Amino acid sequence: MTASLQAIAERATEKFGESVTGVTERLGELTLEVRPGDIRAVCQGMRDDSRLAFEQLIDLCGVDYLAYRQESAQGPRKGPRFAVVYHLLSIKHNRRLRLRAFPEDDEMPIIDSVVDIWNSADWYEREAFDLFGIMFEGHPDLRRILTDYGFIGHPFRKDFPLSGHVEMRYDPEKQRVVYQPVSIEPRMLVPRVIREEGYGG
Amino acid sequence: MAEIRNYTMNFGPQHPAAHGVLRLVLELDGEVIERVDPHIGLLHRATEKLAESKMYSQSIGYMDRLDYVSMMCNEHAYVMAMEKLLGVEVPLRAQYIRVMFDEITRILNHLLWLGAHALDVGAMTIFLYAFREREDLMDCYEAVSGARLHATYYRIGGVYRDLPESMPQYEASKWHNEKEVARMNRPRQGSLLDFIWDFTERFPACVDEYETLLTDNRIWKQRLVGIGEVSPERALQLGFTGPMLRGSGVAWDLRKKQPYEVYDRMDFDIPVGTNGDCYDRYLVRMEEMRQANRIIRQCVEWLRKNPGPVIVQDHKIAPPERETMKNDMESLIHHFKLFTEGFCIPEGEAYAGIEHPKGEFGVYVISDGANKPYRVKLRTPGFAHLMSIHEMTRGHMLADLVAVIGTQDLVLGDIDR
Repeated sequence: MTASLQAIAERATEKFGESVTGVTERLGELTLEVRPGDIRAVCQGMRDDSRLAFEQLIDLCGVDYLAYRQESAQGPRKGPRFAVVYHLLSIKHNRRLRLRAFPEDDEMPIIDSVVDIWNSADWYEREAFDLFGIMFEGHPDLRRILTDYGFIGHPFRKDFPLSGHVEMRYDPEKQRVVYQPVSIEPRMLVPRVIREEGYGG
Repeated sequence: MAEIRNYTMNFGPQHPAAHGVLRLVLELDGEVIERVDPHIGLLHRATEKLAESKMYSQSIGYMDRLDYVSMMCNEHAYVMAMEKLLGVEVPLRAQYIRVMFDEITRILNHLLWLGAHALDVGAMTIFLYAFREREDLMDCYEAVSGARLHATYYRIGGVYRDLPESMPQYEASKWHNEKEVARMNRPRQGSLLDFIWDFTERFPACVDEYETLLTDNRIWKQRLVGIGEVSPERALQLGFTGPMLRGSGVAWDLRKKQPYEVYDRMDFDIPVGTNGDCYDRYLVRMEEMRQANRIIRQCVEWLRKNPGPVIVQDHKIAPPERETMKNDMESLIHHFKLFTEGFCIPEGEAYAGIEHPKGEFGVYVISDGANKPYRVKLRTPGFAHLMSIHEMTRGHMLADLVAVIGTQDLVLGDIDR
């Protein structure tokens, strides 16, 4: 671990104590796993502590771990289904950091909103809500953002088919646009495979 | 006395100044904007979900279609994320080619922005000028990749092929006679590098020309100075990156601060604004074009002197050459495996961000060890910028909204993904 990442990791574990449940460093990127209930406190500290000083939320996204490593010999991963990933940037120290929190309930994932800490979280949280159905508590205006008006479902979940559920066409008899179940068959041209280490020499 | 009430108005999605399919729901008090609510997603194609269903190398083409005026930069961030996960070292020549094309793309993007922005604000000529120069750069795209827009030129581990030794020529037609064609073909006599060099010789004078038309133009200044001011603190809060952030006076550029490829060997400056208004952002982007020109010249000089491979020789990642496949069994197998199954990327996650012409374009990939990505998240600059449009235009006149849309350099392909 490089010195500057080491410094963040140490400072974060010292400052947030048990709120940070895991620290991993790979490919020069530091990831902190945060307890979902403490995400607001941790984010606030990340922004305001002068030794951390993450002024910018570069990205926020949802992840659905439902099918993670499904094709592997050990079978799919166990554990909470959804995650929210935050990418932070400190202009002052020229560093990046990734935070990850797993909302506890798989049926109804809820996590606190960070809109008032970084205003740029606004649309990112709306997007994660729209595509994954993750609820952000305290968000002022949690509407769908990318999908169509009146869309049903959360399309980026792994159990949502790539071709969707409904298709739209113009009905000349009714003289309006109608929705109907999709008529295309889902197909996979290249199967998904996991090759373990050392495959093929 | 007449009753005064607010108007709710629909701006777009078919408005000529809406830069594609942007729909804004406006609340107006007379001509003063009270609230702007962007309704985006009309161009949503679920690129990230589509990428999950394709082999890693098959999604490069989708990246072009995100921000469809800076195609190669999008590809760059995508391949960089994969290379990071694979731990691949890209050949030096490929890195120079990438930097050169990133900067060509930056000029392409800024020229379109300039033309569209000026057209929205009411200056017609500049649009024609900007598209005249864009034409030459499109020819560079075409020369290396065969496509003028959606190049798909970058590959995981390098670029698709080396720079061509000759440029295609114009032929006489009923619109262009022999003499005209000879003039048009004059810069095209040598290699692509000669053509680019010739362009960089001409281009600074072209930027001067645009600036003569706009920089001190009274109408232009009346429309831009003091419009859409953003303080540096707010710019950080709102997630601004790129010229939008630099226009507000924050000297932040990934090419300097977190250099990737060979940007640390390049000599260039970072323009920074002071007031954070539309006019400053205009000046920043104009200077960026000149700096991009400088970087291209440094790349051309280096590329002329240093031949070499342009893609990794590891045939688990990059396909072997066509000739070797004809008489080498192993190459044939590699080729077959690569195009039927692709390659598996070790389990892990990576984020790669580049200084895209519009700001920070980042690709976050999660791999579970399969031959397809588990999750791809595209962090596009336009998304964060459009989010702030309410704050930037509140209290301004309706006409200023158009100036702010122009200054944000919106491309809906990149916002809706």
